Amino acid sequence: MSKQGVVPDDFSQPFWDAANEERLVIQNCLECNRLQHPPAETCRDCGAGDSFEWKPMSGRGTIYNYGVVHDCPVRLLQEDQPFNLAVIMLDDDPGIQMFSHLPGVPVDDVPVGAAVEVIFEPTANGQLVPEWRVIDD
Amino acid sequence: MTTPTAPDAMYRNDEGLGIWEHRGKVAAYGVGHGPTSRRWDGRPETCVGAITIQALRKAIADAGVAPEQIDGLVVVPVTTTGAFWEEGKPLPMDVIESFNQTDDPLDGVAKLSAEWLLANMPELTNVQFTMYGPGCMSNALNVAAQAVGDGLTHTCLVVKSWHNFEGRYYQSGANVEDALPGTAAITRLWGGPASYGTALQFAEYCRKYGKTHEMMAPFMENSRRNGLMFPEGYWAQHRPEELGREDYLAARWIAKPANLFDNDIPIMMSGAYLFSTAERAGDMKQKPVYILNHASSNARPRSLTPTLDEVEAETARTARKIYEGAGITADDLSFENMYDGFSLFHQFHLEGLGYRGIKFGEALDFYQTDISIEGPNPVSPSGGNVGSGRSRVWMHTDCIQQLQGRAGPRQVTGVEPEVAVSGGPMPLGGNFTVWSASPD
Repeated sequence: MSKQGVVPDDFSQPFWDAANEERLVIQNCLECNRLQHPPAETCRDCGAGDSFEWKPMSGRGTIYNYGVVHDCPVRLLQEDQPFNLAVIMLDDDPGIQMFSHLPGVPVDDVPVGAAVEVIFEPTANGQLVPEWRVIDD
Repeated sequence: MTTPTAPDAMYRNDEGLGIWEHRGKVAAYGVGHGPTSRRWDGRPETCVGAITIQALRKAIADAGVAPEQIDGLVVVPVTTTGAFWEEGKPLPMDVIESFNQTDDPLDGVAKLSAEWLLANMPELTNVQFTMYGPGCMSNALNVAAQAVGDGLTHTCLVVKSWHNFEGRYYQSGANVEDALPGTAAITRLWGGPASYGTALQFAEYCRKYGKTHEMMAPFMENSRRNGLMFPEGYWAQHRPEELGREDYLAARWIAKPANLFDNDIPIMMSGAYLFSTAERAGDMKQKPVYILNHASSNARPRSLTPTLDEVEAETARTARKIYEGAGITADDLSFENMYDGFSLFHQFHLEGLGYRGIKFGEALDFYQTDISIEGPNPVSPSGGNVGSGRSRVWMHTDCIQQLQGRAGPRQVTGVEPEVAVSGGPMPLGGNFTVWSASPD
């Protein structure tokens, strides 16, 4: 699926730079050692505002939930309708979610609870983005 | 006059605040609605500013007060979530020049300021207090109730309006660009429609409790039925069509398990109320509907989208705040008008409230029983957004009209209308009002 391109801004640059190196990193608060995603300027837990790191993740997760998009507001994705849109929970911290189109999984035949691993796909402008594929038994 | 946004302190976000200090001392009296339409037709007399003026004037007349007695105005300044004036599109100068203008040429066309309203309602000669309650009517109601209770205004109008333009909702702006800014892309790159998050929560709910989307059908039929008895609403005014079970279940998916009818229809509308102190009841044309409490939820999910656990924890917490501040229990509710747009929200609110004793996972079974306005357990007698279009307003109007005994054919008959609750929108993030026919 052809996703919109990404123009990293100052705030998100580390996440996208890591993706271009096929690494998954998540913002971590150094004050309370808590991951948060999406990233924010302050820690949503302890309120600290200037002590973050971008922590490498294992790249493993689980399919937590999904829906099937039949009427997408994003023009570039409309030709691929209907498509799966799943929520992945990371093994490193199940409270952290990422979205996925689950490439290779038939529409509306999503194995909730299945293990997945991160892959990286190019968007319309070449920026790599984390995606997820089911790990075969 | 520059209108400030309501400070956080005006919302009751926390548990343990006790009985609301103004319980029963603030009341709603007048109700006014502008005409609805599916989309703006480009005429001055139908723009969002114009229909808002109509709604406000009706609320004033309905309450029976003189315009010069009004000293407060609470406004929701944003009038859409997904219909925007495209950058570079020529301004509708004939419309703009039909009104007294502010510095923003789209004021009254694609947004509303208190200043624009006052500039175009010369009869409001004594407004000393203006404030924005951003978001929904639910926000503005809480702000207005608190403002009247605090003595910041004595006789206050509160208004929420919606515009809708040609073209498909949400399908403009960033959604048609070739690239997204990096921070936004982290959440938006995958293209979920607005109802996707709610669909996810509902999917998890069905898996956990063994329920199905089909079980929503009685709620949807009931809501449209109630909406068709709401003369101020879109479906009653323009498309008086029942929504049968087969029609609902045959509708195309938007974000499965949310289908077309689970998504509310964007419309043009305006709703306004007149609030004052309870002491003024003798001066008003309509019976007072006392406000026993207002409560808010400002919770956020840990990550991208709320889990069912987060939803259930927050709706239960919101209910505790609602009941605590009003000094009531679930048993005191005559009926409920919690949010329904998206329809798949409603059962979360119901279960959080413990309405009629239902627990988590039981609302869809409850929908299979008599939930009509004639029965002992009315569910959403307003019909909500399902019944009258996207406004987030009908639920409040219905509470006021029901408790005043003037809901017409929609009037609940299976219960005595004494205490009701309305509000929303989200299970995580909403504002709620407890209404009562009595100040006690």
